[in-house]
Parts: sequence; structure tokens; C-alpha cells
Amino acid sequence: MNIPVPHQKKEFSRRDFLMASGALVVTFSAASVIEPLAFAQGPFDTHPSHIDPAKLDSWLAVASDGTVTAYTGKCDFGQGMLTVQTQLVAEELCVSIHNVKLIQCDTSVTPDQGTTSGSQSTPTNFNSQNLAQAAATAREALIVIAAQKLAVPAGQLTVEDGVIHGRSGRSLRYADLIGGQHFNITLNPAAKRRSPSEWKVLGKPIPSLDRVALMTGTFEFVHNVRVPGMVHGRVVRPPESGAAVVSVDKKSVESVPGVIRVVVRDNFVGVVAQKQWQAAQAAKLLKVTWKPGPGLPAQKDFYDSFRKQPSHDAMLVDSGDMEGSLQSASKVLKATYLHPYQAHGSIGSSCAVADVQADRATVWSATQSVYPTQHGVSTLTGLPLDHVRVIFARGPGCYGINAADTVSYDAALLSQAVHRPVRVQLTRQDEFISENYGAACVVEQQVALDPNGSITAWNCETWSASLGGRPGYDKPGNVITGMLAGFAPETPTPKEAAAPAEKLRNGNNAVPSYLAGCIAGKCGGSGSIRSERVLTHSVPSPFFTGPLRSPLRLQNTFAHECFMDEISAYAKADPVAYRLRHLRDPRVIDVVKAAAKAANWDARPSPRSMNAGNGIARGRGIACVAYEGDNGYAALVAEVEVDKPAGEIRATRFVIAHDCGPISNPDGVRNQIEGGLLQGMSRALGEEVTWDDRKVTSIDWETYHTLPLGIHVPAIDIVFMDRPSEPATGAGETAITLVAAALGNAIFDATGARLREVPFTPDRVKAALCG
Amino acid sequence: MANISLTVNGHVHSVDIDPDTPLLYVLADELNLRGPKFGCGLAQCGACTVLVSGEVVRSCVMPVSAVKQREITTLEGLGTPEKPHPLQLAFIDAGAAQCGFCLSGVILTAKALLDRQPKATDEDLREALGGVLCRCFTHTRMIRAIKTYQATLR
Repeated sequence: MNIPVPHQKKEFSRRDFLMASGALVVTFSAASVIEPLAFAQGPFDTHPSHIDPAKLDSWLAVASDGTVTAYTGKCDFGQGMLTVQTQLVAEELCVSIHNVKLIQCDTSVTPDQGTTSGSQSTPTNFNSQNLAQAAATAREALIVIAAQKLAVPAGQLTVEDGVIHGRSGRSLRYADLIGGQHFNITLNPAAKRRSPSEWKVLGKPIPSLDRVALMTGTFEFVHNVRVPGMVHGRVVRPPESGAAVVSVDKKSVESVPGVIRVVVRDNFVGVVAQKQWQAAQAAKLLKVTWKPGPGLPAQKDFYDSFRKQPSHDAMLVDSGDMEGSLQSASKVLKATYLHPYQAHGSIGSSCAVADVQADRATVWSATQSVYPTQHGVSTLTGLPLDHVRVIFARGPGCYGINAADTVSYDAALLSQAVHRPVRVQLTRQDEFISENYGAACVVEQQVALDPNGSITAWNCETWSASLGGRPGYDKPGNVITGMLAGFAPETPTPKEAAAPAEKLRNGNNAVPSYLAGCIAGKCGGSGSIRSERVLTHSVPSPFFTGPLRSPLRLQNTFAHECFMDEISAYAKADPVAYRLRHLRDPRVIDVVKAAAKAANWDARPSPRSMNAGNGIARGRGIACVAYEGDNGYAALVAEVEVDKPAGEIRATRFVIAHDCGPISNPDGVRNQIEGGLLQGMSRALGEEVTWDDRKVTSIDWETYHTLPLGIHVPAIDIVFMDRPSEPATGAGETAITLVAAALGNAIFDATGARLREVPFTPDRVKAALCG
Repeated sequence: MANISLTVNGHVHSVDIDPDTPLLYVLADELNLRGPKFGCGLAQCGACTVLVSGEVVRSCVMPVSAVKQREITTLEGLGTPEKPHPLQLAFIDAGAAQCGFCLSGVILTAKALLDRQPKATDEDLREALGGVLCRCFTHTRMIRAIKTYQATLR
């Protein structure tokens, strides 16, 4: 990646960048041929900024040599967005993928698309808005212009590889029509996307465009960004939660060669040195006197204690008849499920480079949110917003908000203090002790059964821990650096739940798939159970929390799908048949059936009866989800072996049926599914943040337990559902959402032991087997 | 500070550096190499892996002074984008990466094992990769790529 040279004037203008790249010098208008319409603004749509998302030129440019440059606010951190967005532009413009250059997430040149997260990039950019709409608008506009020039009806023209052909044999290249010029039109909401049946580039398993650079060690990560005059910073984080700076003995590092400055701002402490090793030494040796924090609640009974705090509540669905349903039931079943805090634990500890000068700043950041980070850096440095430029430079896979945002703030604060570009590398411990963990959760379940063993009512109450989160545009305190520098993190304000007023919102999958989800007569759930109540509590957390791949959806799905398995076992029903009995949404039904078929599902009630011995027990379990209610569908069958004496779990096979609408890149989706399944397995079997009475104790890879590469890797079979006519949904988080549930159900099938707390460590497995 | 001569990817470099400096910082900051990466700084993940005289070394904890007389190979020294090493090519063909940050540990650990033991068993491979982490969990493709390459050694 070439890093654009910082501009010489105060404001960073997109025009400067474009001029520097040699494009767009003459403007002309084709506006007369396009009807401008207002730009739709949905929750994940593009935000207004100095780059107007309603204008085509904000998204696309055709250079005089025919090269298409596309500007996107959705970035690639290993999930394949570089390749697949390049495919999208190539497809819609009918050009070779090699002719498209994608510029990702730079506040100087790309539209503000908020945050690349939540499996929203595909629905946002691959349906009928934003990048997809821009590319379709451009193709249609070029055809109209060509028709005018050739004096033939547009319908007679065909496009191939950036050349528009007329029947007469005359043809015009895009470069001839628009090369180096602005389109000067708005996005056309009526622009027609090319249909999946016509696709030549989309829908194909195009290998990722970055793979050769990655495999040969030449890819430039944010860790490799080098700026002239750059020096190195490290931070000194509070040794325990809530500790505050009393004093900093700057003389304690005077003897370390190369130290430039010790920087203290409120409780933020860092050092800057000429070389990285010197900064690391200084950070280690710096004597800081800390006022101890308030201490931490005991981990052993944390789930009980945090549930008792005042909480911010929401009633997602309430049929109002729960008490009566439970009283008249033939049987009521209850269970409580527990999910721990887990870390993002990116393989590379986070890094950023900032160059903060007196009047402007440039930050190279692996953030998923360049515009929000621009706002945060502006707030922290006091520089005007439009004097701050944030450029996305890829980091390691983040799986949600790792420390990429906070280290960007660290770099900005240190650079501002020393008036030089500073690269900050966090240590593994810095990141593990204060990242925004995936939330700890408690889910209490209760169902009423009729005499046939069918569910007549489902009552669910969840508690999730919350502190901080994504900083967004105005909450830099939501990550550790912002808080240390004096900005408060968001914490849940106690509030009683109001009655559900609108249509069902199931973005966190708090509502089980089997509920009808009826509000004011409209039923938005995927199931058939009409006596239903789901109440959620957001509870203050002692640790920072934030989105971690499939945030809350994974925790809730674990609880729902394991409980569904418990109920079907009580009813002595086959877990697949029992699910189908309570499902209504055809897309969920289809994935359940497809997964069961592909896995050659052994239809019978769980647990398996022949596993009574003491050695290795084998079992299979299923789980399904409508991710976020309607943003992807999947069912997963897991097959496991349980070593009963050792309490060890070995997954031997995963079979998943996966529906994400039309598939933009089957190889990319497959890669996401494979990774999601195994990452989900690691999290289900071993990952847990731990702490003592004062501090986090899972601080490295010895104390935070991930599965290494040298494991027995289970076989993975993937069945893609073919849904070319549906809108495209996300696909990065669907598979992982199901893993803990499917494994828990398979363990139950194998042993009859029900695990209701993640992770399923050998000690917990053995305890459950004894119970 | 001391003047240290290093042989990296076949080129001799001279650096003026604190001899206790971890090799990783010299490779990344002084020589601007991008293959070895800072993962944990604790020799627990493998992202900083290099080969020193053909042996796997975690460069984040190895003082530069300890390797000055020896041949160091980084991921970019194994092959180039134009001419990747066959093992890198197997990874390219298998699409065996997501973020790709861990690849020095994965590819170089496999390379060292198979150089020494071309007929390594699956168990040998699992043992060698027992200390290598990939947090995107691209395990399936990585193992496939390694075994595809191994098959060409026979």
C-alpha cells in the first residue's frame, strides 16, 4: 500500500488527493439524463460528511487510462472485504477485476460508512445502496452517454470489459467517455443491479487479492507503517482496574538511552524513545505510584452478584399471559446459562502510528471506524475535526473492537506531546488487561409444556455486562485510553423496561428462534410459540466490554439452543424434529433440514443410550439461528468425542447449512465459515477472562487459553443454500454463533451431561459427568 | 550500543544497536522487513518466527547479539511474490490465510519441520504446530497447504 503523502495545507481535501493521483481534472454533466433522488439513510447506511454519499463521484472515478478507482467505507481486516468489494465494482461496471483499485477507509477520500462491523458490510454495500448502487449508476450513466454519442438507443448497446459496443460495430471505451472527469450526478436508486444469473465476477470463488503479499511477507500492516522522523512509544497502563496516578518519577528512566519524554495526562502514562526496545525498557522501568482501584467482585460468584445490580432493561416481546401459561402448564422446565467475558485476543498486539503537528494530525490506524476515530482524535488532541485525517492500515484480525482504536488514541497523545510521528506498539499484556471484552452473560430460561410435550410458552430473561464499547463519534472514554485521559465511559443507566412498542427487533438474538415474536398483532419471530416474554438487562461491568464476533448473539444462542435441546430431551423427541415442530420461518426450517440431511443425522432423542461406559463417548448435536433475526441463517451439526475420564472434548466433524442470500464469493464465505467454526470451538472449550480480587489474571497466551494450530482439526462440511433472489446478508458471524450450542448439545448426546457454563473445560465436563 | 553484523535473507547488514535488543525489532525497525511480526513479545504465539541456520527461532525474545554469526531467514526471504517458495505457493493455492498476521509462525515452523523430517507424521506436525497460534482459525486450509507441499517432497 502506498501511504499518501500528508498534505501541505491545513485541511485535508479529497480534491487534493484525487489531483495527486492524476484523475478528475475536468468536469462535465450528464445530470440531465439521470433523475436525482434523495439518498436513503438506514441505520447502517452512509453518514453525511465532507464526502457527499449521494454523489457518484464520492464512490467511483474512471481515470484516463480506464482504471476504475472505488472508494469504500468498509475495510478488510482478513474477512475478505477487499476482494469482494473489488469484485462488486468489477461486476457492476463490467470491467476486469484487475482494472479496479479499491481505496478503503480514509477520512480524506472515502465516504463515512461508520464502522465495518456486525456482518453489515454485505447488506450495506451489496444490495441496492451505497457502493453497489454507485457502480450500477455509473454503468447506466456511461451507457446513456454512449448512446447519445453514438446516436443509438441505449437498449442496443452492450458492455464488455469497459468497452460499450453498438450493433453497428462502433464502440466506445469508458476512458473515452469519462476518463479523468467527474460524473457530476447523484446515485440513482433505480439503477439496476446486474442479476446473479448474469454475474461473471461476483459469485465466483475469486482468490483473495492480498494472498501473495501475505504469504511472502511483503504485505504492509499498520505495524509496518514507517513515517520519516518516526519514534517509538509504549504505554504504562494501571496495574489494576480503577487505579489512578498519584505520581510519576520521570527520573526513573533517565538512565535508559534514547528516552525522549515521559508523557502523563490524567491517568494516561506513556513513554517515547528513539527506538522501540528503548521505549519498551523505559515503560518497564518507569516508576509510577498508583492509588489502588476499588477492587473487583469475586469471580467465583460473579454471575450471581452482577445480576443483582440496577440495570437498563428492555422488554423485547411480551404477550402478557406468561403467568397464566406457566400455571396451566403440564410441565415447567427451567435452566440458567452462563457465558464468561472473552477476549478478542488478536494475534498481533495492536499498533498505530500518529503524526500530530501543531495544526493537524494524521493517524494510521487499524480501526474499523476511521470517521469515529477521527472524531476521537480530534477530541483528545483539541484539533479541529477537519484537520485530522485517519487512514485505515490493516491490522491483525480483530473480531470486533480489539485495541486498534485505543492504540490510535495512544499514538495521537504521545505524538502530540513530542511533536513527532510516534508509533505505539501495545504489549500482549496491555491489550489483555484492558481491551473491550465480549460481555459476560446470564440467561434464565423457562418454558411451559403441554401434555404432548410441545412448548406452549417461553419466558426468557438475560443479563449482560456493559462498560464503554465502541467510542462512536463522541465517546472516546469508551476505550481505556480515552477514560485514562479524562473522558467517561458509557455505563448502563438504570431504567425499567417499557412495553414493547414497535415491531420485533432481534439484533442480539435475545428472542429464541421458536417464538412468534408478536407485537401489536404483527409477528416478526421465526417460530410459532405465542405465549412469549423476553426481558433483557444491561448491567454495569467492572471491565470494558464491546462487540466480540457475534456479540450477545452467540451468548444468547448458546442459551436458547441448548435449552431447546434440554426440552426436546425431556419430551423424548428427536432434537431436529422437535425444532421443526416449533419453527415457522422457511429459511430457518430449510437450513435445519439441510444440515441434518448432509450430516446424515441419526434421528432419535438424546442422550444416546449406548454411551454408558467410562471411555470415549460419541454424540451429535444441532443448533440453528436466524442471525440478528434476518441477517443470515444457519444450522450446525457438531459431532464430538468425549474422553470421560479426562473430561476432554474433541470435535470430530462440523456440518453446516448456510444461507446468506446470493453468495458474492463462495471461497471467501467458506473461509469465514471454517474460521468461525474453529474460533467458536476455541471459545466454547477454553477461552475465559479470569481475575483475582484486584486485577485481570488472564494476561498472556499461557493464562488465556486458545486452541493452537496443532490440534486435531475437525472435518468441516458446508452446504450453501441457493438464494439468488433474496437480499445479500452478512456471513462473517453466523457460523460462530452456533458452535457453543451445537457442541454442548453433542456433549449431552454423548454423555447425558448438560453443560450450562462456557467454556467447557475438562474440570467442568468432569463435574457435569459426576452430577 | 554495538556494531553488529547480521546475515539476513542472504544479505549482510551492519547495525549499530544495543546488543540486548530483540532480533525482531532489528529486523522490523532497522531493516524494515515485514515478515516477522510482533504478536505477543513472549515467544508464545509464533508471529515473530524466523529461521536461524534452519532452526525455528522466536525473534521477539532472541537478543540480536546471539544470532550475529548465523544465517537468518524471514518469511520474505523464503520466496518472493514473483517466485514464491513451493510451500508459500501451496498456501497461496489453498487460500490459507484470513488476516495473515500469523503466517511467519505457520509457514516457517512447517518449513523447518519438513526440511528436517520430510516424512513427518500428522502427529509430528501437530506437535510442531502446538505452539503456533492463528486467531482467525484458518487451520483447515493451513494444514491442507502444508500437506500438499509435503506430498511434493516424496
